[in-house]
Amino acid sequence: MSTTIAVVLLLALAMYAVFGGADFGAGFWDLVAGGPDRGAEPRAVIERSIGPVWEANHVWLIFIFVVTWSAFPEAYQSIMLTMFVPLTVAALGIVLRGASFAFRKGVVTLRFRRIFGGAFALSSVLVPFCMGAIAGGIASGQVPAGGKAGDPVDSWLNPTSLVTGVLAVVVAAYLAAVYLVWDARHFRQFAMAEYFRRRAVVSAIVAAVVAVTGLFVLNAKASHVFDGMTSRALPAAILSVLCGFGALVLLMRYAARGARVLAVLAVAGIIVSWGIAQWPYLLPESLTVAAAAAPDDTLVALLVAVGLAVLIVVPGFVLLYVLAQRALLPEESVEDVGDRPITSGG
Amino acid sequence: MIMGETVIGLAVAAAVDPVPWARSQMAFTLAFHIVLVPLGVSWAFMALIANYRAVRHDDRDALVLAQRWSKYMAVTFAVGAVTGTVLSFEFGLLWPRFMGTWGDAFGIPFAFEGLFFFTEAIFVAIYIFGWRRLKPWTHFWTGVPIPVAGVFGSISVVAANAWMNAPGGFTMNANGEITDVDPVKVIFNDAMPLQATHMVIAAYLVGGFLVASVYAAGMLRGRADRYHRLAFTIAFTVAAVATPIQMGVGDALARWVFNNQPVKFAAIELVPTTSSDVPERLLGKLNPDGKVSGGIPIPGLASWLSDPSTGKSTVVQGLDSVPADERPTVRETNIVHLAWDVMVGIGTALFLLSVWYGVVWLFRRRMPRSKWFLRAAACSGVLAVITMEAGWIVTEVGRQPWIVYQRMKVEAAATANTGVWLTFIGVFVLYAALGVTLILVLRGMSRRFRRAGGFVEGDTPYGPTEAAAAAAADEVETAEQVEERAP
Repeated sequence: MSTTIAVVLLLALAMYAVFGGADFGAGFWDLVAGGPDRGAEPRAVIERSIGPVWEANHVWLIFIFVVTWSAFPEAYQSIMLTMFVPLTVAALGIVLRGASFAFRKGVVTLRFRRIFGGAFALSSVLVPFCMGAIAGGIASGQVPAGGKAGDPVDSWLNPTSLVTGVLAVVVAAYLAAVYLVWDARHFRQFAMAEYFRRRAVVSAIVAAVVAVTGLFVLNAKASHVFDGMTSRALPAAILSVLCGFGALVLLMRYAARGARVLAVLAVAGIIVSWGIAQWPYLLPESLTVAAAAAPDDTLVALLVAVGLAVLIVVPGFVLLYVLAQRALLPEESVEDVGDRPITSGG
Repeated sequence: MIMGETVIGLAVAAAVDPVPWARSQMAFTLAFHIVLVPLGVSWAFMALIANYRAVRHDDRDALVLAQRWSKYMAVTFAVGAVTGTVLSFEFGLLWPRFMGTWGDAFGIPFAFEGLFFFTEAIFVAIYIFGWRRLKPWTHFWTGVPIPVAGVFGSISVVAANAWMNAPGGFTMNANGEITDVDPVKVIFNDAMPLQATHMVIAAYLVGGFLVASVYAAGMLRGRADRYHRLAFTIAFTVAAVATPIQMGVGDALARWVFNNQPVKFAAIELVPTTSSDVPERLLGKLNPDGKVSGGIPIPGLASWLSDPSTGKSTVVQGLDSVPADERPTVRETNIVHLAWDVMVGIGTALFLLSVWYGVVWLFRRRMPRSKWFLRAAACSGVLAVITMEAGWIVTEVGRQPWIVYQRMKVEAAATANTGVWLTFIGVFVLYAALGVTLILVLRGMSRRFRRAGGFVEGDTPYGPTEAAAAAAADEVETAEQVEERAP
């Protein structure tokens, strides 16, 4: 039972990385898009692309919290106590990001748009870094078992955390770039598609370099996870690498659609292989998943909620995506640009 | 070196007791979030009423109204989503020992809340997005899950809070670890039915008054066109229906507190020692010596209300029936009592305002035109928010010193991190800016709507475009033509 919940948690993490990560990554490209004139076009693509779905993506994070505190309360206590600083920064970053994105559309003057836009972009980089740093801290055994606090600073400012934090930012940027190529192409903005394609290729290479560096750091600082990565998790890790490589090849050959799927699989593969590598520990080498788990009935209740979510939420999510994609089809968007006068007013 | 010592010195000076800061931060962020909740739950319902009217009766004003409301909703929903996400961080950051001990029981309702919130978020996106994509009735039906999910989401969250008042559905061993959980009993705990009903109706009451008050203010400024009257009527009717129901539910909930949390009840009614023939005291305060002074006592009323069958002889348990460290402090008691008076007082005033509206509607088939009615209605939004906040203070402060009633004290649940005062300041500044900006943005949107008279592109994260509004209006037309031809 506890294994099932751990798998659900890992999948939710992968979903958050893939969906939420792309949102954060879009904020990264917003940040580096340059001044108001030069950056106007890419920013418009970014805004259109993440608009309809970003709120739904907070739910993955909330879901991860709920599952952790209900199914593994003791580990949750330890993590929250130890990672107080990066979690607080991430929480504030999420407020700043979400609110400023919503408000940026609500204000017209350039000065305010720039303030909100800057807050949005900066927090989009800060949040994934903190999340990655927390993951790195957990993987390298910085969080003690028993609901105790680890070192308040070293637990997230250590070599592993730094590498995983940077990796999270780069991977998010990479995912976003791949999505944006696809979006721009479907709006027939070929210059923008090329703009993001170049960035996708560069960020893929940077991500690979950071990931390899990460392996060396893991070997030195998180030997359990490294051993797992080179044994239990090796097939998943290899699959992830192959997908990432395939996506890179497709991107270089201008095939965006296939690249998107492969990029998603590559990123999800990183999360999944981390989970398998860490097995059977929730907090490496101090608390196993089985020992941390709540009573079975709690786990059953969580699985019921997950089952209902699959029944209720997935069809809605699919509908939303279908609608979003349909609106992106060029011929439909042309149909939309009618010049009908407004007849009703008040 | 000196620099280092200064930093350490500052750090030591800053090593303040985290408990009051943690409480303040939780209270502040919840108080902020709870204002956005009614809008998320009930505004969609009101927008759907307007939407239904627009499609059914080809009402252009109602169509514009529904579309604008959905645009505002997108902004308030977005802010509510982030402030809600922060709360899920805070459970662990501020109350790690509470979550560590009780997470396996207390956490369960949140799994269902997450499910409903997810549903709500998706359909909010579809509904706002669908203005230009879907046929009128299809689009209307994609909006229906929003208020449904909103109601069930609120019920789930309040179930968790109710569990803190009436913890049950678990077995604890001698080491203080939960060994067995009954999720159904956790969710459907003893306090949940009344508390959840009270909150859901509050959402409709507050949302209705809040939206209506904006249009009442508009009418006072001379914008008494049909559009404003329609908006006011929809919102105020929702609030006026909710208000009398809320008084009944509130009364039942107060009796539940009398029977199940006698110490909270004693704080509400300002009862220092167990006695019968307890007066209902308006205002007044408890003094440190345990005597009550000031205020206007209505003889015997508190006893009578607690149990009408035994009338004035009903015995009300006093604060001193439990040791001092198991009841609210004198200051907390006074806060609870004052909050109670504010809630009941303003609630009653809002009820009278609803009656005024109802009576005029009954006899004249229109809303009251009196300037004084509009002035009162323009204040009703803020007053309703105050009422809700006061009610929430009653239930939360009245439970002190417990975080889990008679099981765990707040100080045993809080984080030991001495830096919480810093995060409190950060959160406070950020939320203050957030609140001010939210109001400015909403006002800016409203101004632009007014200037444009029709639709403006790019007002919300993903609002319908100008062309889409026209297309939607056209679709209404087509639907109507089809209907006309049908018979």
